[in-house]
Amino acid sequence: MGMRVLAAMSGGVDSAVAAARIAEAGHDVTGVHLALSANPQSHRTGARGCCTVEDSRDARRAADVIGIPFYIWDMAERFQRDVVEDFVAEYAAGRTPNPCLRCNEKIKFAAVLDRALALGFDAVATGHHAQLVDGVLSRSVDAGKDQSYVLGVLTREQLSHAIFPLGGSTKAEVRAEAARRGLTVADKPDSHDICFIADGDTRGFLAKRLGSAEGPIVDEGGEVVGSHHGAHGFTVGQRKGLRIDRPAPDGRPRYVLSIEPVSNTVTVGPRSALEVTSISCERPVWNGPEADGELTVQLRAHGEVYGCRFEERDGGLVIDLDRPATGVAAGQAAVLYSGATVIGSATIASAA
Amino acid sequence: MLPEAIEAMTEQLGRVGNASSLHAAGREVRRVVEESRETIADALGARPSEVVFTSGGTEADNLAIKGLYWARRPRQRLLISSVEHHAALDPAQWLADSQAAQVELLPVDEHGRVHPDTLRAAVERDPDDVAMISVMWANNEVGTVQPVHVLAAIARDHGIPFHTDAVQAVGQLPVSFAESGADALTLTGHKIGGPMGVGALLLARGLTPVSVQHGGGQERDVRSGTLDAPAIAGLAAAVRTAVKEQAEQQRRLTALRDDLIERVRRAVPDVVLNGDPDDRLPGNAHFSFPGCEGDALLMLLDARGVECSTGSACSAGVAQPSHVLLAMGADAAAARGSLRFTLGHTSTKTDVDRLIEVLPAAVERARRAGLS
Repeated sequence: MGMRVLAAMSGGVDSAVAAARIAEAGHDVTGVHLALSANPQSHRTGARGCCTVEDSRDARRAADVIGIPFYIWDMAERFQRDVVEDFVAEYAAGRTPNPCLRCNEKIKFAAVLDRALALGFDAVATGHHAQLVDGVLSRSVDAGKDQSYVLGVLTREQLSHAIFPLGGSTKAEVRAEAARRGLTVADKPDSHDICFIADGDTRGFLAKRLGSAEGPIVDEGGEVVGSHHGAHGFTVGQRKGLRIDRPAPDGRPRYVLSIEPVSNTVTVGPRSALEVTSISCERPVWNGPEADGELTVQLRAHGEVYGCRFEERDGGLVIDLDRPATGVAAGQAAVLYSGATVIGSATIASAA
Repeated sequence: MLPEAIEAMTEQLGRVGNASSLHAAGREVRRVVEESRETIADALGARPSEVVFTSGGTEADNLAIKGLYWARRPRQRLLISSVEHHAALDPAQWLADSQAAQVELLPVDEHGRVHPDTLRAAVERDPDDVAMISVMWANNEVGTVQPVHVLAAIARDHGIPFHTDAVQAVGQLPVSFAESGADALTLTGHKIGGPMGVGALLLARGLTPVSVQHGGGQERDVRSGTLDAPAIAGLAAAVRTAVKEQAEQQRRLTALRDDLIERVRRAVPDVVLNGDPDDRLPGNAHFSFPGCEGDALLMLLDARGVECSTGSACSAGVAQPSHVLLAMGADAAAARGSLRFTLGHTSTKTDVDRLIEVLPAAVERARRAGLS
């Protein structure tokens, strides 16, 4: 007898194929679309966003085609609190959050998983591109679509109730399979921006919530080189949109080096000043096998991978990179890998 | 659908001809439409000319509410109960938002009933400015039957058109348009074992709402669109059968429902029955299950072969706290923890047995999952 599996269905192609695969494998599957916005828009525009009315319809149609029961769960309040407000608060504190990761950690594999287990399900399946075999998380075979990074924050307990049926396939294979299965979402565009910022204007979204307050842009020496309308509009490593009139003395582009929310100060400097090799992290989560052999670390979604060593210190983690990284922002996750396998993760606090 | 309705409808499906055409085929179809009109009028205490066919309840409600509001301008007040179906509430809201209507939602008591005193006081604040009044015959969620005759009489005293959405009442309760005192009454096919996509507005003679959709003026010049003769024939057959069997159906369903309520109370002692305990639709049992999320309970029961409903869903399908329960004074948590069990002409004691068999475990499990 198979397991009772709740398939989280976003209305996209990945989660539809994931649900179809586990149903075909003989599990008792129920499709659930998570309504994450209290006031959903009726249509998607391009690749942006999710949880529109159209998406919930697409998810329902996919469930019809697969032949599984389908329901909508209202997770809007939890999402607002644990993801959207957290996102705003993190920016306000000068950090750069990853809301997709937070959604996995707090919604899909917490609020939804808890509810599913209480209602008698054994596991939650999603369409994430990552492999999970015997509770061990590793990268998708499709390097370009790999999402193990945004799942790397999950605990062993959370992973023990997760199913990711797509990790062994490329995105192209998933699309072809969707078409073969008669799932009409086969050619739906990928979503890749922040789902709750429908127009893609993160800075505008933050300005509306955090207000605008003029503050200085200073160089490394503390000299004021420009001004801005709110430090929360910046992220470490950012180059565009600084609007500094005066060129740097060496004429080279300047980047955001750090953000200081209390004094509302943004510090800029040359690219070389962005380079860091030592990263301090907090709240480590060990969810994989013992660290073994050559380790690598990924510092943001779809970011580069660096060879590294780490040391546990004061309940946190210090990661030393084998070559300099740039644009390392506090608030992002550092996910540690041994080969393709996730060992654990921690939240970046600072870098030098 | 009732076998009578299927038969009447399928008999017409092979026929050609437009009821508005003058040739022989057209006349044949026209005859079917007019006989259907007479059947419906006869069953519901109306005159044939008072039957205006529509595409269903929503269109009939829109025509009554918007059409009568427009016809009665410059009067601006529109009085409507706070527990109406969205098909009535939303046209009123639209009139308020974009047509300068002053919509006043009539409050209800804890059972969801509009008190005659409430309506009278509201009307008398400025009777000359009231364009129309709309109060449903019986509530689709909690089943409460409104004192429609008394309310209509109050409207009549002031010469104000009174509309009632009787979608839930026809076939369940005795409904006579003439005796009700209403000026307009909505009914729809699929609630009485007829086809979907067809309904009617019973409209008193001499009352001419402004059209919502314009065109050939087929129905008394207030409703345009080629008549769907097969569906109309199906609707008429369903109305005839449902009204003929109404008394027996009411007796049978009331007994079945009272048994269901009694046994649900025994199985889940802290359950709360919503709606009027006595004056309610015979097939309706609506409960709040403290500590449960209605949609979780629905899913668990559905998986065990018991089909029921939460209040209503928004367009995305998200269960919303019911405006009906909120209007009755329930808090949002109680409103979200509510389920409606509806019994109809196919329901039997076996269905109730099945519910009682699976309900306690489902409630316990839903409670463990808690409120999200």
